[in-house]
Amino acid sequence: MEKTVNQKAWFLVLPVLLLVAFSAVIPLMTVVNYAFQDTFGNNVFFWAGLSWFEELIESDRMWAALGRQAIFSAIILAIEIPLGIFVALNMPKKGFWASFCLVLMSLPLLIPWNVVGTIWQIFGRVDIGLLGYTLDKLGISYNYTQDFYAAWITVIVMDVWHWTSLVALLAYAGLQSIPDAYYQAAKIDQASRWNVFRYIELPKMAGVLMIAILLRFMDSFMIYTEPFVVTGGGPGNATTFLSIDLVKMALGQFDLGPAAAFSLMYFLVILLISWVFYTVMTNLDKREG
Amino acid sequence: MAKITLDNLAHSYLPNPTSEDDFALKQLDHDWVDGEAYALLGSSGCGKSTLLNIISGLLTPSQGRILFDGKDVTNAPTAERNIAQVFQFPVVYDTMTVRDNLAFPLKNRGEKPAYIAERVNQIAKMIGMEHELGRKARGLTADAKQKISLGRGMVREDVNALLFDEPLTVIDPHMKWELRTQLKKLHHEFGHTMIYVTHDQTEALTFADKVVVMYDGRVVQIGTPEELFETPEHTFVGYFIGSPGMNVIPAKVDGDKAYINGSYVQLGRGYAPLDGKVEIGVRPEFATLSETDGLPVKIRRIEDVGRHKIIRAEFFGSDINIIANEGTPISADMNRVSFDPAHVNVYANDWRVKGEAA
Repeated sequence: MEKTVNQKAWFLVLPVLLLVAFSAVIPLMTVVNYAFQDTFGNNVFFWAGLSWFEELIESDRMWAALGRQAIFSAIILAIEIPLGIFVALNMPKKGFWASFCLVLMSLPLLIPWNVVGTIWQIFGRVDIGLLGYTLDKLGISYNYTQDFYAAWITVIVMDVWHWTSLVALLAYAGLQSIPDAYYQAAKIDQASRWNVFRYIELPKMAGVLMIAILLRFMDSFMIYTEPFVVTGGGPGNATTFLSIDLVKMALGQFDLGPAAAFSLMYFLVILLISWVFYTVMTNLDKREG
Repeated sequence: MAKITLDNLAHSYLPNPTSEDDFALKQLDHDWVDGEAYALLGSSGCGKSTLLNIISGLLTPSQGRILFDGKDVTNAPTAERNIAQVFQFPVVYDTMTVRDNLAFPLKNRGEKPAYIAERVNQIAKMIGMEHELGRKARGLTADAKQKISLGRGMVREDVNALLFDEPLTVIDPHMKWELRTQLKKLHHEFGHTMIYVTHDQTEALTFADKVVVMYDGRVVQIGTPEELFETPEHTFVGYFIGSPGMNVIPAKVDGDKAYINGSYVQLGRGYAPLDGKVEIGVRPEFATLSETDGLPVKIRRIEDVGRHKIIRAEFFGSDINIIANEGTPISADMNRVSFDPAHVNVYANDWRVKGEAA
């Protein structure tokens, strides 16, 4: 069929373009603006070229934060993906308890980030928090405001608590789409439980798992609110992830130029990794079709 | 290979069945003779798949026992029964190659690699996929996938029985013939007990030595294709098998005559007085249209299906189908129908009454 060319269609796209321009493009452009200029006050700016980027590339501070961030995201994925799959495999398939589990699993997802942070911040306190107090009484030294490991463990456990349900729910949806005949055939072929998982469940979940990994990667790579509320990036810089460092730089020290350059590079890294994911995912679809 | 005995078997999907209606599969006693090919024929929801799943062990029956060669396997898991089953929709392991798919049941049983390779090649040749062994099963067409499922079902030589649950539904007609013929050949060669579930009478009649017709959770007749055609034991069998099915006409039977609205039809046998709903059944093949003989009919339309003509008519208020040879001229004056007395069956409450020789 031949398509008719109609330039009026542009008018229909215009509202969206305007909306996106005001919500995303213009704010982003102001950041770009700061990234290439410098100021000594009085709203007078002059051209700085790539110097902020060069300064940032050479700074240990940014690399340290990036390293912490990468380790954090890697640990998060390594725990949440297998745990989510495990939970999904053990959820009831139908009936009252299936609905019950679904509601229970979605509860953490409904809680705002800063509330999650506050919950864990209080939960872990040695003087009044249930967790901190209990551990302290058991003779285990646990103080997330002073101990490096305690801080990391708290932040990781908090994220696992908050987001594993997302992975579990996605995996569960993938599992639900497997027809009974597959399990029956596997029984008849005398496949072991591991083989059922490896050759039936995992391939059928592959699509949703990719989405789960992508979502969890992006979210954990941009994490800010929860560790900020619990540890504020400390002790020292132990839990100062990229976002926290960025906010410190931009709003704490008011170094707008380096912070803007930082934001742009941060944005590009996430874009790049998401693009890689997207390419892998669409290739996976193609192979299936 | 084994003889499969169903002893007093019944199944309900409800936890506490109270009436007979609660049973998806009503009480059944039957021996599946070792080495025979059976077809389980019936419309959707008549309990065929339930019966098949009970035999394969995917379902535990609510009552009764299943015996393989006299050994009770009612509660034995599928693996212990050593049966193969092919399902309606193709089940392949997407991420494996065709070769690995075929080898999977053998590998799980710890067979030797040399034997597996040989057996896989044999099966691949049989299903015509020897050139595709190396490729991934993902992305194959539905009928290629179903061929793999069939192959996986047949790859084990020592199975007690091969069960097929409408396996050719997704396969295109040309391929259907070929696979069915191959299955039959395989049956002759290896003599497995085969049970083939289908709702397609052609498939059932061409595949099986014995056809088991099921209706509403009950086995209504077990017989050779010929028996099902000549003497359907239940009006459902008459109606379900044949194209078009048997004509079933309400009548009053007295001795060797059936009275319909005051006129009578001669019967081949004599009958004692019958209770309940009495009907006579005549296959369209045994009804003849003529100008002079028999009872009046009103012809509605004539369908010429190539090898014969099907006359759709009205007979004392009920529908009747008559088959005439392709060469027979049909004229407007031919408004009477007569039946071959030897092929008129009498049914009381849907079940055939035997009668005595007149």
